[in-house]
Amino acid sequence: MSEDDAELVAALRRGDEIAFRSVFELYHPALVRAARTYVRTQSVAEEVAQDTWFAVIRGVGSFEGRSSFKTWLFRILFNQARSRGARESRTTPMSSLASDDERSVAADRFESRSDRYPGHWRADPAAWGLLPGDVIATAETYSVIVDAIALLPDTQRTVISLRDVEGFTPDEVCSLLDLSEGNQRVLLHRARSRVRAALELHLEIVGAA
Amino acid sequence: MTRPMDCIELVELVSDYVDGALSEDDRAAFEHHLTDCDGCVSYVSQMRETIHLTGALRVDDVQPDARETLLAAFRDFHRNQG
Repeated sequence: MSEDDAELVAALRRGDEIAFRSVFELYHPALVRAARTYVRTQSVAEEVAQDTWFAVIRGVGSFEGRSSFKTWLFRILFNQARSRGARESRTTPMSSLASDDERSVAADRFESRSDRYPGHWRADPAAWGLLPGDVIATAETYSVIVDAIALLPDTQRTVISLRDVEGFTPDEVCSLLDLSEGNQRVLLHRARSRVRAALELHLEIVGAA
Repeated sequence: MTRPMDCIELVELVSDYVDGALSEDDRAAFEHHLTDCDGCVSYVSQMRETIHLTGALRVDDVQPDARETLLAAFRDFHRNQG
């Protein structure tokens, strides 16, 4: 167990409310967001996160530190969320990974075999850097991202949420979701590619306006 | 001599490239392609910007009732233990 985790766990075991409050503040929003990738509504996601904390309060006495506290916490969350999600019949098993050859960019954006430069861009993607900064980081842009993530297949949505929104490491994500390193990368790549495509469409419209 | 890489192949490797997860050979071919392709340079920077914007989504708004409910549960649990 890391020194920080050991200290935290000891404090929680002896009922230190300040420690509990700070760990709650640190992780609760991320737990709710992660739960939201499994269940249909915000209020169910909040219940799942609350149930996770109840389980932590009861279970921290038997935490053995084989994983980090954070991984343990999110594993409890995912177990809770999965059984909730299964009841709501929304989840897809993590093992049902897309094996189809989904493309990151539509094939017709590239020259075909009969063209002069097969496999090269017909028209170059736009240089977003040339757009004024205030066109990109707007509330509208963020809502395009949120919507694009919401439309992703379940496993992709969970992986991009943990990796790019919450900043989990690849190892943490693999261990939490029982994914191989390769699958984790494929899922993340597909998710990012779809979000990029949604942003491209959006910025084309606002950039042209 | 690095192997040639087309744009259509490069776009499938971008995520691993920005995460530093490509093999030596793929990375060399990838970077060699970038030296000569404005379209892919733009594409890679679009992907970086996408990741950057996604990372800025976090809004940490803890529900005050949830905090109070759980603090009370924590307190009760330890009172009953003690």
